[in-house]
Amino acid sequence: MRYVDEFRDGEVAQGIARAIAAEARPERRYNFMEFCGGHTHAISRYGVPDLLPENVRMIHGPGCPVCVLPIGRIDLAIRLALTHGVVLCTYADTLRVPASGGLSLMRARSRGGDIRMVYAVTDALKIARENPHKQVVFFAIGFETTTPPTAVAIRQACAEGLGNFSVLCCHVLTPPAIMSILESPEVRTLGSVPLDGFIGPAHVSTIIGSRPYAFFAEEYRKPVVIAGFEPLDVMQAILMLTRQVNAGRAEVENEFTRAVTPDGNAKAQALVAGVFELRRSFEWRGLGEVPYSALKIRAAYAEFDAEKRFELDYTPVSDNKACECGAILRGVKRPTDCKLFGTVCTPETPMGSCMVSSEGACAAHYTYGRHKESEAAR
Amino acid sequence: MSGTVKPGYARPLDLKHGRVEMSHGGGGRAMAQLIAELFTRHLGNEYLAQGNDGAVLPPAGGRLVVGTDCHVVSPLFFPGGDIGSLAVHGTVNDVAVMGAAPLYLTAGFILEEGFPLADLARIVGSMAEAANRAGVRLVAGDTKVVEQGKGDGLFITTTGVGALPAGLTLSGDLARPGDAVLISGTIGDHGMAIMSRRENLAFDAPILSDSAALNGLTAAMLATGAELRLMRDPTRGGLAATLNEIAHQSGVGIHLDEAAIPVKPEVEAACELLGLDPLNIANEGKLVAVCAESDAERLVAAMRAHPLGRAAARIGRVVEDGRHFVQMQTRFGGRRMVDWLAGEQLPRIC
Ligand code: SF4
Repeated sequence: MRYVDEFRDGEVAQGIARAIAAEARPERRYNFMEFCGGHTHAISRYGVPDLLPENVRMIHGPGCPVCVLPIGRIDLAIRLALTHGVVLCTYADTLRVPASGGLSLMRARSRGGDIRMVYAVTDALKIARENPHKQVVFFAIGFETTTPPTAVAIRQACAEGLGNFSVLCCHVLTPPAIMSILESPEVRTLGSVPLDGFIGPAHVSTIIGSRPYAFFAEEYRKPVVIAGFEPLDVMQAILMLTRQVNAGRAEVENEFTRAVTPDGNAKAQALVAGVFELRRSFEWRGLGEVPYSALKIRAAYAEFDAEKRFELDYTPVSDNKACECGAILRGVKRPTDCKLFGTVCTPETPMGSCMVSSEGACAAHYTYGRHKESEAAR
Repeated sequence: MSGTVKPGYARPLDLKHGRVEMSHGGGGRAMAQLIAELFTRHLGNEYLAQGNDGAVLPPAGGRLVVGTDCHVVSPLFFPGGDIGSLAVHGTVNDVAVMGAAPLYLTAGFILEEGFPLADLARIVGSMAEAANRAGVRLVAGDTKVVEQGKGDGLFITTTGVGALPAGLTLSGDLARPGDAVLISGTIGDHGMAIMSRRENLAFDAPILSDSAALNGLTAAMLATGAELRLMRDPTRGGLAATLNEIAHQSGVGIHLDEAAIPVKPEVEAACELLGLDPLNIANEGKLVAVCAESDAERLVAAMRAHPLGRAAARIGRVVEDGRHFVQMQTRFGGRRMVDWLAGEQLPRIC
């Protein structure tokens, strides 16, 4: 049997689905948030909600790196390309995120910006080596998983004396974002976001381990189950969360033992700590300013910090008023609550970041799940 | 030593180290030489030999189908083919899936100054071979050269003409609720062959493009006399785009069964690695057919009997749906939409 199929077996899924249905008590509701965009995508792509009983509901969380990038950050990247004339290297997903003035990196490219799509930071290093007379900037986004490769690239550039390479660092951290959600008035006091537990990230946890989540379980009494990105992992995690809720437990459990340990990857952590340090505060789309929630490049590597090299000032820009991405990223609203969903805002003409990345809640729902709405309406 | 040179001698094209020069598109002697020594040598036939501005063709006796296709694939050479064979297959298939027998092709070449003549010869040779195999003749062509940096090596546009049998009409708007949806083989091979080459992905077994001329297969399918509504070749945008087009054109919905859709394990693995969905990946040697439910089995059997349809399968059915949605029962047991892909996931794939 092929490796990927083992984790997508329909019969096993039906078995877990029956177990969840047997476990879930009809008199109560279960609301679980999957933090990660990878889980959001898997849930939508494999039709996981179809296998859940009506009273078990998944809420999409903010763990989509492209979605949480605020407009101001995209503006910085555009400014680098158009005003400073650098070669800006970026992942495909960020190209279409709407920025200020009707621009996006894609549109900036058609206005003459040298913006190149790369698959990895190593591609950007290569471009820098091949174009010694141009400034090459890597637009670094992502959670803890993508941070170690950026650290390696910066050290590599330093070792090679690659003076024309720098990084626009927008790496963010998972635990502070979960904390920000748990501290939000909707969860704490208003109760408008009922939250009974979290599915913890897969790849992020391979780096940071399962320990950082213990605080949420103990302090906020929310169970956390760390799960892989395969749909069966997600189903299993939902079953484990349901059991914890029924038993009145709030613990960190690890469904993804094939890759995640309590302490994570110490080597990667040390590497990251050597190159990056915490930012005092960072603006997230949807969550606003979150203290100590992102990384910046250490002074020792300042020459590879694009913000320093090009003396960039960050200016926050507010989102399109009608776009509900912010509320969706906090779990307060669903994509279909947005008036623009599916009409003005589609993956072809995204108005907000959640409609851009396939991990975004709006894009996932539009691409994989919108048959359900009109069925309900009919 | 000029005495030893024969009168009227012209130095032949240097097909080993030579490169395309601006004069090769200039309309002068250099261009005539390029055409004679490279294009005519490989592609020559009685129609090209007429040597006029246009080819005079015999009457075809019936309705004609014409299709045209531009090719900008990068890299020009990929596992399982090159831009030359692709330019023949792409257009032959456009004509063939309309139910017509492809007869003639024309080709336009846009060459970039500096392009190696050796590569050009290889590509034209591969075009000739592909055309021979498909049984079509290249009857007219044109070549232009653009300055270095203004093209990317080579672009080819081909136009194909085919003869449509009397009484046959296949069209994207003919799918009806209850009809069966068939595919002629594994999906995503061409796109992933290109991607794995571009991304330098090393797999145990290299992924080969499925680039092939489908007119033999379509002829075998038509010969069954099955009630065919339409055929399409799912190129750019993959199976997902083709099925959405059909659903919209016919004003119907389509329900797919993921478990029935053939995908090679290596293609699936590569898609997994790059975060892509095989449903969105281009094919260059596959066709989708919609036929009356009662003829589905017979048609699949005929497809499987042909070398290019060995993995043919019935993958879904047409349903009534005013929203024209394509939906899929996942192998996992859930149901989801299958949508057009937004944006450009894989540029320059064909
Ligand atoms: S549908 Fe578009 S505008 Fe509405 S919340 Fe989602 S991304 Fe924003």
